[in-house]
Amino acid sequence: MPEARTSGRPSSRPLSPHLQIYRWPITMGTSILHRITGVGLAFGTLLLAWWLVAASMGPDAYADFESVAFGWFGRLVLFGFTLALVFHAFNGVRHLFWDAGYGFKTASANVSGLAVYALTLVATIVIWVMAYQGMGTWQ
Amino acid sequence: MSVRSPLGKVKGLGSARSGTHHFWQQRLTAVALLPLTLWFVWCVVRYTGAPHGEVIAFLSDPVSAVVMLLFIVAGVYHMALGLHVVIEDYIQREGTKIALFMLINFAAFAVAAVCGFAVLKIAI
Repeated sequence: MPEARTSGRPSSRPLSPHLQIYRWPITMGTSILHRITGVGLAFGTLLLAWWLVAASMGPDAYADFESVAFGWFGRLVLFGFTLALVFHAFNGVRHLFWDAGYGFKTASANVSGLAVYALTLVATIVIWVMAYQGMGTWQ
Repeated sequence: MSVRSPLGKVKGLGSARSGTHHFWQQRLTAVALLPLTLWFVWCVVRYTGAPHGEVIAFLSDPVSAVVMLLFIVAGVYHMALGLHVVIEDYIQREGTKIALFMLINFAAFAVAAVCGFAVLKIAI
């Protein structure tokens, strides 16, 4: 006989499996990454503020900004910032297509998700290579 | 019991006349941010490692200054709207939720004011 719901004790029936049980589909990964990168970029606005304020304060403050930003930790943070910005932008376009009613089929959502990952990686590397090349021309 | 049909309820803007406002503003800023972000990435790539004077010269140009201001405003607004939804989704306690709504809005205005002031100080 099934246990009464009002017994006050946890039911012994099997529970619905939680997140860690499932193999993550592509769309689940891109979805939560969109949110994580969005929150990360919110903190990234502080970097933008720092850059602009340092520039506005004069050459000394700007040199201080550069010495931190170009250090290994600064580069690490900026690389993460670039990845987050590029991913959020590409995946944002994907969301806009969904809003317009396109690309909802499982297969196309998977393909566009993988495309976003690939484009993010390529674009981030291209941006960094170009930035390094640009840096060389100023010296 | 409402006498309005299910279709009538979802069409239009709802009883407060603002049903899709948040959703729409989020999309509006998203679309605006696509070209603005492209421009921002270009200027960061172009001016990374540039001497201070070159950066100032670039931001002093009226077009760069205005586009930078647009990027700041659209970005910060998009950020506030997005964080609002994240808080709605994960925070259950009403008091905490309201406090965080206030915090993100204050922070958004503060960041926009600081960035905007810096750009104007350079450009004017």
